[in-house]
Amino acid sequence: MNVHYTGATDTPVRQITITIDGKEVSVPEGSTILTACNAAGKDTPTLCYGDTLTPKNACRVCMVELEGSRVLVPSCSRKVQPGMVVKTDSERVRHSRRLVLELLGSSVDLSTTPRIPEWMERYDADPDRYGERAGESRRRDVHEPGEHHAGDGSVADTMCQPIKIDNDLYVRDYSKCILCYKCVDACGSQWQNSFAIQIAGRGFDSQISTEYAAELPDSACVFCGNCVEVCPTGALSFKSEYDMREEGTWDESQQTQTTTVCTYCGVGCNVNLHVQDNKIVKVTSPHDHDIGHGNLCIKGRFGFSHVQSRKEDGDG
Amino acid sequence: MDLKFSNAEPFAEEREAIDRRLGGPGEGGWHGGERDEQDHRRAHTGHAARSRRHLVMEALHAVNDRVGWISPGALNYIGKRLSVSAADVYSVATFYALFSTNPRPKRVVHVCTDIACMARGSKEVCASLEKRLGPASAMTGWKHSPCLGVCERAPAAMAVEAGDPPHEHLIGPATVEEVVLALNVGPAALAAEAPPMMAVPQAGQEGLMLLKRVGRVDPESIDDYLATDGYAGLRRAFEMGPGQVISEVKESRLMGRGGAAFPAGIKWESTAKQPATPRYLVCNADESEPGTFKDRAILEGDPFALIESMTIAGYAIGAERGYIYLRGEYPRAFRMLRNAIERVRERGFLGADILGTGWSFELEIRRGAGAYICGEETAIFNSIEGYRGEPRSKPPFPFEQGLFNKPTVVNNVETLCNVPLIMQIGGAQYAKIGTEGSTGPKLFCVSGNLVRPGVYEVPFGATLGEVLELAGGVPQGRTLQAVLFGGAAGGFVRADELHIPLTFEGARANATTLGSGVVLAFDDTVDLSGILLRIASFFRDESCGQCVPCRVGTVRQEEALLRIMHNGHDAAAKGRDIRILRDVGLVMKDSSICGLGQAAWNAVESAIDRLGVLEESKSR
Repeated sequence: MNVHYTGATDTPVRQITITIDGKEVSVPEGSTILTACNAAGKDTPTLCYGDTLTPKNACRVCMVELEGSRVLVPSCSRKVQPGMVVKTDSERVRHSRRLVLELLGSSVDLSTTPRIPEWMERYDADPDRYGERAGESRRRDVHEPGEHHAGDGSVADTMCQPIKIDNDLYVRDYSKCILCYKCVDACGSQWQNSFAIQIAGRGFDSQISTEYAAELPDSACVFCGNCVEVCPTGALSFKSEYDMREEGTWDESQQTQTTTVCTYCGVGCNVNLHVQDNKIVKVTSPHDHDIGHGNLCIKGRFGFSHVQSRKEDGDG
Repeated sequence: MDLKFSNAEPFAEEREAIDRRLGGPGEGGWHGGERDEQDHRRAHTGHAARSRRHLVMEALHAVNDRVGWISPGALNYIGKRLSVSAADVYSVATFYALFSTNPRPKRVVHVCTDIACMARGSKEVCASLEKRLGPASAMTGWKHSPCLGVCERAPAAMAVEAGDPPHEHLIGPATVEEVVLALNVGPAALAAEAPPMMAVPQAGQEGLMLLKRVGRVDPESIDDYLATDGYAGLRRAFEMGPGQVISEVKESRLMGRGGAAFPAGIKWESTAKQPATPRYLVCNADESEPGTFKDRAILEGDPFALIESMTIAGYAIGAERGYIYLRGEYPRAFRMLRNAIERVRERGFLGADILGTGWSFELEIRRGAGAYICGEETAIFNSIEGYRGEPRSKPPFPFEQGLFNKPTVVNNVETLCNVPLIMQIGGAQYAKIGTEGSTGPKLFCVSGNLVRPGVYEVPFGATLGEVLELAGGVPQGRTLQAVLFGGAAGGFVRADELHIPLTFEGARANATTLGSGVVLAFDDTVDLSGILLRIASFFRDESCGQCVPCRVGTVRQEEALLRIMHNGHDAAAKGRDIRILRDVGLVMKDSSICGLGQAAWNAVESAIDRLGVLEESKSR
């Protein structure tokens, strides 16, 4: 089901009041605890939450303590109910957030995930205490659910695996994947309806994959890049960005963003042009735009190279 | 929907197996005929095909049963027939341990290495197999398996031969010779399985309520069933009407026997009250908790009892259809249930207008395919619907939005099988059996190092010591070391705690849990740290992978235990690892989506705190 934005409606929405860390806060009925936390000025870490997607609540980094609940609850998906009493910084919440960050940090390359160092510090997380990280595995695309090689515990198992570059448009570096399902949902029924990727395998050996790990050009992928748009960790990145990072020339402080209307057809999707050194380096799409909600097609997302094919060599 | 598939085509036998299960091409879904270049390898299908998504697992079973594995062509064909993308079918196929997406031989033997079998020599069997056949892997034909639910005959194995029809055979106690025979000649060459009554040492005794027919009747004969009070419960229910049936079940204070001990009557009532229809009934027969085999004893020994019980439950909640979700490793139970459903349908106990009441009810068996998590009450819905068995977030609860997002009751086999008894004697009378907080008879899965392991029926209230005594105690010359309650998700108690009453309240008062009724005894020959490691390994394998605390936490738990066992002499390192175990355990308990992750640390925690197991390993 697609996410609908709460625009102006005829019927007034009831306000629900809950208590967060001892203070009352009111939000419209149907909002999540996360919305209420934001309204109360609580900075809640999130990873698998996406503003254009149905909450999957898989990463469990936004957990809060809800009075009367045996376990912690995910703030990104739990709807507010009148009278809820929520704690966002109790010892249990801090422990849970710390451990989720440690478990992810010890198993996934979070080097391109925004805000990770800040959160690690805030929650005093020490992902290194699980031991030296295991090296690259070449078997992550072979699925034998219910079986694993245990080793002797001297290294911490990781997602580390070879990077997948099988096309000119985007790169899949699953060593950075936290299995948040956002790309799967964007590719599937929530937006693109291409169904090219899914979670394959089970448990720690799960992996975002096409059927039999087929390369993207042989899969159902239509190269809309909407999966890249929602990826929270940089596991999916545009080839243009990936190449510049490899060269060491990627520099966000030198980039400008310009929002404009895509010129390929009459739908009217908005595009954000990320420009560095007077060159478009990648194209994203505003998530709050009524037409595209952050989605584009292959042309709007990747068809920009003609803009910068200037005849600088003196022949025109 | 406009799905794109690769050019891979199914082999003839794969196509035939899938068509047999789904109906021939043209009978709904994509026509399945030859395609030309014009359609760009795309399947154009409508709502009719998409509404059959729930048959994905069934189609995968059909191929896996026939060929032994699922090729890209077969996968494509399933996707085209059911209008599901290839990546999606692949994601389902790679979730279940009994399915293979890699080529493998037609014959495979799954050798149980889980805790009950470990206590009874599975390690030795595996060591000999390794010498004889090479290391365990699909290609050498033998694989390690989690608990097969044959703990009374440990060590157990399951031999499978793909074909038409496939052969499946539970072996117990398994010997190297039998495994080799099953691989070289086929499971058909094995001696017949022990009869169902062998799992029930009390079989034939007077006074049994749940197991009264096991060993006394032919489990394939409906006449035997009818001659022993069969369908008296349903007739009584029809006299009462649905509302009264629910009242009686509430009054009986029947609590769920699957592990969560939720009052069944309340579950039924809240589902029956939902305005949305249709409502569904799901029987959780995915008995996979290590050490649990009580449901198998009923399913194999008295399958009609479950069918009658489900019919009563379906009548009470106003359901039109019920599903029995049976674990894939119970081949004989599958045959027995299938036969029972056919027989009762012939006699008008199932189908349209049952016994002339005008009420209609259908039952369908759905087979799991090797995933412990599917016993979780919402994962079971996803699996029946043809998805990966990933648990859903609650709320909404099953009584609001369960199977196919409709109000649903999920009950365990044993829970349901109490219902005919409640109908016959009435809820008030039933509530007098057992104790105040735990009413009725209870089945215990008593296994491990005992003289007569098996399923035992006792009224709630017996102590641990009494139940162990029923099973003959530990063999002469050995001493009891510890007992595990509730399986891998349960907890250990010490050998000096035999006074613990086996009731819900008694377990709670002693800070432990009855869980699914597992009473697994370990004598002094068992290395408990090895058992702990097996439990940790089990949870790592069976975690669905959806949420971080469980997906990564179960890995870190196993690694920490491995480190402690490999260098237990380094006290500082061990202290750090126990700290890790506690920290990881707490986040799994507090923040996992479902009960699997929340319980994944229970047994290890109880072993550290109650038994001091990891302390011991320091001195070794």
